Parts: sequence; C-alpha cells; structure tokens
Amino acid sequence: MNLLGNLNWSAIPFDQPIVMFATALMVLGIAFVLGWTGLKGYWPYLWREWITSVDHKRIGIMYIVLALLMLLRGFTDAIMMRAQQAVAAGGAHGYLPPEHFDQVFSAHGTIMIFFMAMPFVIGLMNFVVPLQLGVRDMAFPTLNSVSLGLTASGILLTNISLAVGEFAKTGWVAYPPLSELQFSPGVGVDYYLWALQISGIGTLLTGINFVTTILKTRAPGMGYMRMPVFCWTALASNLLMVAAFPVLTATMAMLLLDRYLGFHFFSVDGQGNPMMYVNLFWVWGHPEVYILILPAFGIFSEVISTFSGKPLFGYRSMVAATMAICVLSFLVWLHHFFTMGASANVNGFFGVMTMIIAVPTGVKVFNWLFTMYGGRVRFTVPILWSIGFMVTFVIGGMTGVLTAVPPADFQLHNSLFLVAHFHNVIIGGVVFGVLAGFNYWFPKAFGFMLDERWGRRAFWCWLVGFYLAFMPLYVVGLMGMTRRMQHYDDVSWQPWLVLAAIGALVILAGVVCQIVQLVVSIRDRAQHRDVTGDPWNGRTLEWATASPPPAWNFAILPRIAERDAYWTGKQRARAAQAQPTQGRAYETIEVPKSSPIGFVNAFFAVVTGFALIWHIWWMAGLGLIGAFLTLIVFAFRDQEEVEIPAVQVAQFEARRQAEVTP
Amino acid sequence: MNVAVTLDEVRQESLPSASEAGPAPKRIVVAYGFWIFLLSDIVMFAALFAAYAVLVHATAGGPAGAQLFNQGSAAIETACLLASSYTCGLMSLAVDARRRATFYLFALVTFVLGAAFLTLEIREFADMIARDATPQRSAFLSAFFTLVGCHGLHVTAGLIWLAVMMAQVTLKGLRANVERRLLCFALFWHALDIIWVWLFTVVYLMGVRP
Repeated sequence: MNLLGNLNWSAIPFDQPIVMFATALMVLGIAFVLGWTGLKGYWPYLWREWITSVDHKRIGIMYIVLALLMLLRGFTDAIMMRAQQAVAAGGAHGYLPPEHFDQVFSAHGTIMIFFMAMPFVIGLMNFVVPLQLGVRDMAFPTLNSVSLGLTASGILLTNISLAVGEFAKTGWVAYPPLSELQFSPGVGVDYYLWALQISGIGTLLTGINFVTTILKTRAPGMGYMRMPVFCWTALASNLLMVAAFPVLTATMAMLLLDRYLGFHFFSVDGQGNPMMYVNLFWVWGHPEVYILILPAFGIFSEVISTFSGKPLFGYRSMVAATMAICVLSFLVWLHHFFTMGASANVNGFFGVMTMIIAVPTGVKVFNWLFTMYGGRVRFTVPILWSIGFMVTFVIGGMTGVLTAVPPADFQLHNSLFLVAHFHNVIIGGVVFGVLAGFNYWFPKAFGFMLDERWGRRAFWCWLVGFYLAFMPLYVVGLMGMTRRMQHYDDVSWQPWLVLAAIGALVILAGVVCQIVQLVVSIRDRAQHRDVTGDPWNGRTLEWATASPPPAWNFAILPRIAERDAYWTGKQRARAAQAQPTQGRAYETIEVPKSSPIGFVNAFFAVVTGFALIWHIWWMAGLGLIGAFLTLIVFAFRDQEEVEIPAVQVAQFEARRQAEVTP
Repeated sequence: MNVAVTLDEVRQESLPSASEAGPAPKRIVVAYGFWIFLLSDIVMFAALFAAYAVLVHATAGGPAGAQLFNQGSAAIETACLLASSYTCGLMSLAVDARRRATFYLFALVTFVLGAAFLTLEIREFADMIARDATPQRSAFLSAFFTLVGCHGLHVTAGLIWLAVMMAQVTLKGLRANVERRLLCFALFWHALDIIWVWLFTVVYLMGVRP
C-alpha cells in the first residue's frame, strides 16, 4: 500500500510554464505575507485579535479580505480566457492548451461564485446585520468563526489544485457523465467536489446563524416592519441558504459516491440518470443566484436612501418583493436546461415562472427610482455604483426575460449570449453591489473614509470596461458562438472577441484603481479620519456607534420606536437640542470569548479534504478524528463569555464624546 | 425540554408584541437555531428521497425492492426507533425534574434501542450485500443504500452524541449549556424518527407494492 495514496511528484505540473509561474507567484505571495508579519512581530496579535476572534465585525472583515484576494485570482483567469479567445481564431490555437483552458474556465466560475461573491456578500452581512439590528453579536458567534474557517478551507483546497494536481475541466457546474470517473479520471473533479462540500457546510452554518440572529435577536422595539431593508434581504438570502445548500450537499455527495465507490446515481451504466444531477444542481443553483443578488439589493436600498436623504420609497413593497423572490426562486430552476427535452407544458410553466420573477425585481427598480426622485442626491462613490447597477441590471434582466422564452432559449442555450447575460446581472448586480457596500461601510469598519477620487476612477473603468467586455459577447452569441471554446474557425467572430479582451483590460484598470484607492486611503488615513461614526448622515443603527465599533457594539442596547431608527433619533435630538449621552449609567457587558476552534477545525478540514482527494486514507481518518476531538474539547470548555467591566465601557464612551465634540 | 412551558415564558415577558421584545433568552435562541438546522437536514433528505423516487425502477436487470426488503425486520427496526423516541422524551422529563439517576436510566435505554436499530439495519445491509445486491449493482440500489445509510449515519451520530452527553452530565452536571445541548439532542432524535417514518413508508411499504 502506498502511504501517499495517488500523490507523487508527477502531480506537480513542472512542464507547464504558465502554471508554474502562477504557482511561484502564489507561494512567494504567501511567504512574503507570512515573513513580513512574522518579522514585524504581528503573529501573536493576528492570532489573538483576528484568527481566534468570534467578533462578527472581524469575521466579516476577514471574509471580505478572502473575497478580494479571490477576486484577483478569478479575474486573472478571466483575463487569460479573454486573451486566449482574442487570438485563437482561424487556424491559430492561442497560448493555452485545451486541458489548461478547460481548467481556467472551470476555476473562474467556481472561484467567482463560491469564493468571491459568496464570501463578499457573507462578509458584508456579517459586519452589518448585527449592527443594524442593534445587538452585540450573532446568535452563535463561535459557529460563525467555524463557518469562516470552512470557507477558507475550500478556498485553500481550490488554490492548492493549481500547484498540486489539476482542477476540474468540466466547467463550474461539473455535469455528469463528463464529471464521472470514467471521463474525468484525474483529481480535478475531486478537488472541486471536496472544496465545495467543505465550504458548503460552512455556508449552511452561516445561513442557520443569520436566520436565528435576525428572527430571534433584535434590539428591543425592532419589530419586523422596523428592520432595515438590508436585514430583510439578508434574511431572505439566508433562508435560501438554509433551504438550498443541503440540496447541493446531497447532490455532490451522490457524485462523490459515484466517483469513489462506484455507485450509479448519474453514470451511464447501471441505469443512472445524468439529468437528475442537472436538475438537483439547479434546484440549488437558481436560489444561489438570489442568495447573491438579494443582499446586493439591500445594499442599494440603504445607499440610495441614505444619499437621497429620504426614507426608502415603498418600504413594505420592497419587503414583499424580497420575500416573493425568495419563494419564487425555487420555482424556476428548469430554465437552465429547457433543452433537456421536457414536455412543452413543463417548459412553458418554467418559462412563465421565470418571467413572473422579473416582476418583483421591477418593483424594486421603481422603488429605488422613486426614492431618488425629489431627493437631494449626493453623488458619492456608493451611489455611483448604485446608478451604474440600475442601468446595467435592467439590461441584464431584459436579456434574461428574453432567454426565459423556451423557443428563444433553444437558440441561445450555452451560447456566449447566455454568458453575457449572467455576467450582466452578476457583475452589474452583485459585484457593483458589494463594491458599493465596500465603499459605504468601509469608514464604519476602520474609522476612515476611502479616497473618493480613486473610487470614482475605479467605478468608471469597471462600468465602461463591463460594457466593452460583454456587449460583444451578446453579438457573437447571436452569431452562434458557443461558450467554453478554446479555439474557433469562424474569423468573423474575432473582432468582437478582441473588443471583449480590450474591455477586460479596462476592467483591469478598474481593479488597479481599486487597489490604489485602498493604498492611498490607508496612507492618508489621518486626513480621511471620521470621528463622528456617522460620515454619510446615515439612517440605520450601525451609524449610531463609534467607528470602528467597540467589541460590544453598543454601550447600551438601543430601543427602537420606528423605522430608520438612527435618523429619527437624530431629528428628535436636534429638535429638543438635547445633549447626547451625558452621565449615563453603564452596566457590565458580556461578550463571547475568543476561540481557536474555527482555525483548528479548518486545519483538519483541509487535511481531510486533501487526503480524500489523493486517496490517502490514513490521513483522512486522522483529520476526521482531529475534527471530532476539537469539537469534544470545545464542548467541555467552562467559560463561554468574558465580561467587560462597566468602567471600561464608560471610559470608551467618554473618550468618544471628547473626540466628537472637541 | 418542555416547549409549551418555554413558549408561555416568552408570551409573558414580551408584551405588547413578541417581535418587539428584544433579544430572546439563550435557551430559545439555541433551540430555534437547532430547529433551523433540522429543517436544512430534512431538505437534504428530501433531495435523497427525490433521487430514490427517480431511480426506484432503475434496477438495471438486478433485484427490485420487493425481492429484497424484509418487512418483519423493518417493522422491528421501526418499533425500536419509535420506542427510543418515547424513552428520549422520558429522559427530557427527568432532566427537567433534575433527577440524575432517572436521566441515566432513560438515556441508557434510548442508547440501547438506538443501537439495536442500527444493528438490525447493518444486518439487513450485510444480508443484501451477501445476496449480491450491492450499491454498485444498479442505480436503484445506489439510491437505496444512500438514503437508508444516510439515516443510519445520523443515528450513529446521535448515539455518539448521547454518549458524550452522558459523560458531560457526569463531569459537568446539569448546568445550563448541558441542558441546552440535551434539548437539542432530543429534537435531533425525534427528527430522525420523523424521517424514518417517511423512509419506512416510501421505501419499505411502497417498495413491496405489487
């Protein structure tokens, strides 16, 4: 028996210069960060204050750091694909061999959906939702840290596949029978499956955590109809996580059983049913789209209302539309494969449902427009992203309704028209949304503003770059170009694909602007400092506390009497010319105790996942036992909370008062 | 343990409206979160049930349910599991009444009944495999072993959990977080029963229909 399973030196692709270069870059990057923080003596600080932290704000920030890193990784894949398709026309075959190109597009999709968009959205929710609810933490703070660890484990496994072995060549959906062992004998699909299984469990736990937090722990007085819209969209999104992710877990488990133990769920022999995978995958996959976009809708609602200086138009209809989308999202999955061969009635039903789901989305767009109408709109970076979103998303939505017509879909299925459509809604919706949220809440997280000038440059580059990159794809899609082509013969497509590549470069400029924005803002943080905690004249409770908020969020839990609680509070204080918070009596506050369980558990998850991918059975056993023992040790700990004495809270508040009113 | 009593407490302290009462007590938050987890678990089983329903006739020339299932054995399994749910309820009452000896007794009976269920199930599996009805034989058998086996894995996890909880009660006493965990365990155990009732109906009763 081989102690290292299927693992040997041939797993590392030394003969592929591009892969080795990327690997070297990744290893150097990790070594540099570890070395630099080590030299500076930051490790104890990072361990104590971040890695073992169960504070929802810190966990949220760590999620977003992961997401930003993965945005760079996934974007590199995108640039490679655009470059390949720009040159590989006629007889040319480009610079990427087919098996590498296949891995690039699979990794791009997987990373962007699971490891960029998801962590970004979850990170923003983590940071904002408990603050907006006026409470001190999530319902299950330690579980939150475990979720983060599992997400990071999935990310790590996916990136290890770059250096050791290969990634899936099946596209990010990994349809069988192609993804079965018979046709994908390598470890690529196993990397994909285990990375998603592990991070999927983390996401499920996140969903449970948020649903409980939002439904069971809100500040006194915050009834459902007083919750900020972002909390409503977060609730809808997390309900979808709870209801959809188990289906993904079950589906991937079935594919794993097929691959590891020779089961016949989706295989061509033994009367397996490959189309069942496609159905189950999209029963998860379509709600997933809304898991991502609903929180983005929430961010736009907050941003537009704040910078228009008006309460959100049609709050109740916004809530109703959100929950309607939440339910309807489970009734449209078949539109991803109208070409399966279901009867006309089945296709008709799903086509009609798909068109119906556009209605609540339309309601939302009108609500945002009416919120801005008659308001005094301040054109800051977050609202630029929001306006860019409204224009772009409506275009993407309309091409979506177009593809919802089954006969039209038969023509457009798996063409670049489809690729253009979903990038149109995901970039124009989710990415613009999280970037709006990033600019909007950054001062809350760190106590200083992001540079407006570079933020605006980033926005314009992204917006222009997006249209340049994806409008040509609609055209070549209509001309008949299918997705995922490593090379093509029809040279009349090439000009459009060159244009798309230029667009990708403009987006690259946007990404660079974003990095510059971050660097410049950190460099000039003294000038950009915000001491008020309320730099945008905000409306919701997160702006009522200091920036960055203390570990306990609020010295005294706020009592809520209406919607837009902080805004109305400010108005009343101004009318009464009241002195804010003088000589209040503070009480001892209990906050959850830090715990290394998230990190330790993530370590064992990576060990187990890696061992299973390479069939190193003893190591997988050890990893599982390690994870189990971690849980047991955690279950036997005596202290779950630490107390923050009232004196310390009072000192913090006094210092803050002194800063705000010099 | 007693949901009705817990609900009464909420109603009293949360006038005028429960949704404006502020953060709920930890016991309620924990149990509520666990309910949500159970719902997600049931969704996972729903996917496995769906796969079973799609593949139930995909026997690839191999044996079908009618030739394989032993209803007598399945009935005894059912009896064991339902009885263990009853004793689990008695265990919860013992925790509420803070009677440690009674708690151990019923926890032990629950454990033994659960283990008996598991033993019967493993015997059934071994018997089928011996008759060459392995999960590799056909898509139907793949789906059968996965669906029933997943429930069996849950029962195994429940048994380990129960053993750990008995150790915790011994070492830590019936302190608040141990009580909350026992409450979650009880919910988990009853949920496994609900899933088994469906399983028994869909797999063992409908499976042998002519």
